[in-house]
Amino acid sequence: MALLEVENVRRCFGGLVALDRVTFQVHAGQIKGLIGPNGAGKTTLFNVISGLQRCDTGRVLFKDRLISQLAPYQIARRGMSRTFQNPSLFLQISVLENVMVGRHRQSRSEFAACAFRFKGQRREERRIRDAALAHLEGMGLVELSDVPAGSLAFGQRRMVELVRALATEPELLLLDEPASGLTTKEKEELGEHIRRIRDRGITILLVEHDMSLVMDLSDDILVLDNGVPLAEGPPAAIQTNPQVIRVYLGGEFHHAVVGPESALRLR
Amino acid sequence: MGRFKSATPFLVFAAIAVAAQWLMRLTGTEYYLVQLTMALYYAIVVMGLCLVMGYAGQVSLGHGAFFALGGYTTAVLTTRDLSEWQEAAWAQALRQLHLLTAREDLYGQAILTATPWAAFGVAMLLTFVVAHLIGYPALRLKGHYLAMATLGFGLIVYRIVLGTTFTGAADGITGVPPWEIFPGLIVSGRRPVRVQNYYLACGLVLALLVVLRNLVRSRVGRAFQAIHDRETAANAMGINTKEYKLKAFVTSALLAALAGVFFTHYTGGIAPSEAGALKSVRYLALAAVSGMSNLWGAAVISTAINFCSLRGWFGSFDHAVFGALLIVIISLAPEGPLKPLGLWLRRCCGWRAPTVPAAKPVDSLHGPA
Amino acid sequence: MDTSSLALQYLLSGVTKGSIYAVVGIGFNLIYSATGVLNFAQGEFVMLGGMLAVTLLAFAPLPVAITGAVVVVALLGCLLEVVFFRKLRRHSVLHLIIITIGLSIVIQDVALHVWDERVRSLPYFTGSEISSLSFLGASVSPQVLWVLGMVTVIVVMLQGFLKYSRPGRAMRACASNPEAAMLAGINIPTMRMLSFGLSAGLGALAGCVISPITMTQYDMGVPLAIKGFAAAILGGMGNPLGAVVGGLSVGVLESFSVSVLPAAYSDVTAFAVLLVVLFVRPHGLFGKPLGEGVREH
Repeated sequence: MALLEVENVRRCFGGLVALDRVTFQVHAGQIKGLIGPNGAGKTTLFNVISGLQRCDTGRVLFKDRLISQLAPYQIARRGMSRTFQNPSLFLQISVLENVMVGRHRQSRSEFAACAFRFKGQRREERRIRDAALAHLEGMGLVELSDVPAGSLAFGQRRMVELVRALATEPELLLLDEPASGLTTKEKEELGEHIRRIRDRGITILLVEHDMSLVMDLSDDILVLDNGVPLAEGPPAAIQTNPQVIRVYLGGEFHHAVVGPESALRLR
Repeated sequence: MGRFKSATPFLVFAAIAVAAQWLMRLTGTEYYLVQLTMALYYAIVVMGLCLVMGYAGQVSLGHGAFFALGGYTTAVLTTRDLSEWQEAAWAQALRQLHLLTAREDLYGQAILTATPWAAFGVAMLLTFVVAHLIGYPALRLKGHYLAMATLGFGLIVYRIVLGTTFTGAADGITGVPPWEIFPGLIVSGRRPVRVQNYYLACGLVLALLVVLRNLVRSRVGRAFQAIHDRETAANAMGINTKEYKLKAFVTSALLAALAGVFFTHYTGGIAPSEAGALKSVRYLALAAVSGMSNLWGAAVISTAINFCSLRGWFGSFDHAVFGALLIVIISLAPEGPLKPLGLWLRRCCGWRAPTVPAAKPVDSLHGPA
Repeated sequence: MDTSSLALQYLLSGVTKGSIYAVVGIGFNLIYSATGVLNFAQGEFVMLGGMLAVTLLAFAPLPVAITGAVVVVALLGCLLEVVFFRKLRRHSVLHLIIITIGLSIVIQDVALHVWDERVRSLPYFTGSEISSLSFLGASVSPQVLWVLGMVTVIVVMLQGFLKYSRPGRAMRACASNPEAAMLAGINIPTMRMLSFGLSAGLGALAGCVISPITMTQYDMGVPLAIKGFAAAILGGMGNPLGAVVGGLSVGVLESFSVSVLPAAYSDVTAFAVLLVVLFVRPHGLFGKPLGEGVREH
């Protein structure tokens, strides 16, 4: 039983076919990579899976239940969390408050309880705050707690967005190009964090352009080209797949194919 | 220390309120209290509007209609004579439950009307229902269409109360009795209880400020800010944005109706103009001037400005003042002037903005060594 | 009067009023297409047109007064764009709309001061208030024909302008793709100013032509704006011809509602149409479904 099953998903925008016949699975505990040239439909696929867009035909099943028709917040409540290509922090509030929003799913207090500060709400508020601080501490970001999210540097925003997604305690985490815009050092750190997240039992679906990072981290990779799956398999198989090589020939993929040492070299 | 700090705005507000009243007594202008009390009730509407605009990010031009809904409901129910059904079983039963009362109207005639408490309950219930009916479809619309929809709703209510004899047509309703909230506390405009009513209004505003502040600083308030900031990401965090927006809207509508009920009992009547577009635009202008996310700023500033307006100090340009306020504030300081003003004042006093720690991104990724 | 000629009377009255709503709706569309802003002050242009023409009438014959009023209001529209919207481009659309609300209030209050709350009206263009023509069994004031004729001319000329003239095509380009238009060398700010001026001028013309029938009063702007917006949205936002159908529909519905509701509620019908359209079918009759930019998602 796979954690996430995508069956025959098709999505068009007017005359443009963004996704077609996309079928794959993500198993619990793995890091699944999703790669493809620009415009291959990776973010669209993410949007379909997380509920921001509907697929025209096909099904998406999460934990064996159909989620294709659900609203994004319902899917989030089932245990799926995501980050966005452009870090989507709430810029007007502090870093800590951003992460506390991540705890929304794990808390209950509604209008009346919050307005009149019932005892249960006060206790829950403390728990939310403590949990958020703990998550920030886990990523080494606790000094940024009171900083307005809008004043963070780009790399910091990425990390805080990741913490916020983790605070929801998801079972499946969708990461949309988490390494883009980061320095080499930051990418290494990111790789470490992702591994640690997986070791905590969270399944990860990762879209990334940085080939060395993807090859290094993923247990399994799906290659999309023009919205259609091109190949699926472990990194070694993908690296030697002739169709994939042809699609990427001369690009950054080339380095990853040539050898493991070059995977660590600067792009 | 933190506890004390957070209570400061409320203490300041209370202090200003008391000081204002003493000042009026000293200068013999105690009749100012009447307009001040009215302005305080209007401020409640603005506070509700700030909640829905500043936090949930929805523009409503129909809050005058909710104010009027509250006011008219209580006015109609407490002045409509039901004597013809005096002998009916249901009438007797309601009298037993203190929902109906036999009293004398302005002319000394014996009439049978609903009690103010009963009318209050009906007003809140009716507003709850109407706000849901309007809010549910309206909040799915984008900003400008929502503004138009709420304006349309407001105008519909206005036209209906204006054109119906049941609601007093163009003259509105007068002769609304005072409301004894509990023994000793009466909402009424009569001279002997004027000071009491002023403090009642202040107290109500203060209480609502506390409640709203609690809301804003809680999980619900964070959800509102998230929705306002970036709705897609809020959804991705498991927040049901549609439900929250609706709740914010309904809450603000209930606040407006609450204000309307109190206002009507205080002034003894209500007129169609309360539902009109001009009043709704005023609430919008005041919310903008106060800085939409600043609740106690809204309470103070809108009270002050409305007071000036009610005293007639804007002369014949009363409407234009609000329009101009709206234009100027939104053009120059869309998030409200209080923040830039505050920053400017603090800079004058030699205070510097805090710098962001960990300017080097690489360092921030390392945990504590 | 028998039912059919009563119905005809209602129909004609509805079409007359509806024509004005249509022109206001077209004005909404023009500005919305060019700037993305819903101009709440649209109705004030109509009011100003009528009021100014009445004032100018004291100094000039009717055609000159009308032309003068139209030109002045058109220039006012351009001025509004230059003063408020050019400088404030960085503001969100919502803020700009709030500004137009403020403008509407200010214009109304200024009008109140200049012209007081008395009702004014232009004289009938031909004939007088008692002259009437027979039209399909109903008696119709010649002014009604002026209204219908004027609006038809406006619509036809506008279509021609947008389709066949260079500035018109430039405006359409602006509306559908501002970046491409800019790259093609079209001066976007000028186009925006033009859309404002055109909307204002057309509104003023409508105000003049309807003045003998419905009178002009300082506070007629807001209800007109709502009804004009209802017309625009019923026809589908962004579709000028749709606004015509929308306007006529709203006018006729409003007119016939008098037969079922008390006259005092006739306005309510138009406002209710607006709400129904927004809630049920925001893209209107002719707009694109999943009206982009109307619903959130």
